[in-house]
Amino acid sequence: MNFLRATFAVIAKDLAGELRSRELLSAMFVFALLVILIFNFALELDVKTRNTVTAGVLWVTFTFAGSLGLNRSLAIEKDRGCMDGLLLAPVDRSAIYFGKMFGNLVFMLLVEAIVLPIYSLLYNTDLFQIGFLGVVFLGSLGYVAVGTLLATMTVQTRTRDVLLPILLFPLTIPVLIASVKASMGFLQGLEIEAIRPWLNLLIVYDTVFIAVAFMVFDFVVEE
Amino acid sequence: MQPKPKLLTYLDVFTVILFLLSVAMVFFYAPMEAVMGNVQRVFYFHVAVGWVGMLSFLAAAIAGILYLRSKERKWDLFAVAAVEIGIVFTFLNIVTGSIWARPIWNTWWTWDPRLTTATIMELIYFAYLMLRQGIEDPERRARFGAVYVILGFISVPLTFFSARLFRTIHPVVIGTNQPGAEGQFDMTPKMVQTFLFSLFTFTFVFIDLMWHRLRLGRLADQVEQLKLKLSL
Repeated sequence: MNFLRATFAVIAKDLAGELRSRELLSAMFVFALLVILIFNFALELDVKTRNTVTAGVLWVTFTFAGSLGLNRSLAIEKDRGCMDGLLLAPVDRSAIYFGKMFGNLVFMLLVEAIVLPIYSLLYNTDLFQIGFLGVVFLGSLGYVAVGTLLATMTVQTRTRDVLLPILLFPLTIPVLIASVKASMGFLQGLEIEAIRPWLNLLIVYDTVFIAVAFMVFDFVVEE
Repeated sequence: MQPKPKLLTYLDVFTVILFLLSVAMVFFYAPMEAVMGNVQRVFYFHVAVGWVGMLSFLAAAIAGILYLRSKERKWDLFAVAAVEIGIVFTFLNIVTGSIWARPIWNTWWTWDPRLTTATIMELIYFAYLMLRQGIEDPERRARFGAVYVILGFISVPLTFFSARLFRTIHPVVIGTNQPGAEGQFDMTPKMVQTFLFSLFTFTFVFIDLMWHRLRLGRLADQVEQLKLKLSL
């Protein structure tokens, strides 16, 4: 009970802070739009290519915007000494991890919730399928689960902003591959049999990495 | 400074002898493969260096867990030594594979699951070294390194699995995910002997290099401490 309350307190704190400053969401959102814009010129997103590359373009956009958000979310804690305050709180430390992680997940989902309709509007693609949205959720969950843990580490290093993507991208390759393939499957209307292995992989990844992050988070914040 | 242990010198000599024997076996004992010819001989060392790479990363992950449990500095030295050796041998594995693939697959590179996984694995451990470089405090460096090396080792099988799945569903490449589908061959007894012997040899190469690297790590630590003493 206490654990859940502590987790929600951290999430509420992040959301309240964001509601007042709107730094993180606006940066992530504008960045995401720019990435899509760049892809538009880099790939010539005409009707024929769109079918095959939409999933890839969206996931690259989400991961880039996501790493921006992760960096920022943990850098704030570090710079203003909030992390020390959080660690002093008499709660289980993994509650802090889950709080930060779900906070980051909310930010990432919010950005996705804005980007998807815009993409859908700009490129006349129907993205609103339950299956696809489920994949977006599972993929983002796995990504922020690892990302929150790694960002907590990288903000304590010398080369912080540069280091996060370098550490994070190779570890999240399975999530990326599975998310892109599953999204593409849903968007192209493949039958569920062809998509299921990817969904299984996503669920396995999410479970394994949330569990491991839960176990090692204490070592990452210990002073 | 501690003198070099005698046992290590013996091990050096033994490993060099094994290595020479192994080279001789690959070139003179193992028969020429009927279809692929001489280029198949790269196989004996290719698998052996790949084996050393995996062994190193496994050792590093175990050392990472042991470090987090005990906080003893020796496990950190062990992990970093293992990762460095693993990077070198995985690279050798990729290079020897490419040399073989050029005549057999008619390309230096293809996005086969094994190749993809080896590359991403290499990147993960490069990232590990960069993470260490970014941290000055040795205790924190060891702690973060241990966490990352564990995470990395867990993600490698998942990467392999996802890359394999990618190919099985992918319409263009067919059949390359059966082990050795293109350029497969059956080993004769002499080939098996050569192969096992080179695995044996490279396991010793690994142990020998680990020992040297651990010793180097300890000596570097001492130098560090002496420098600190001087500056005080």
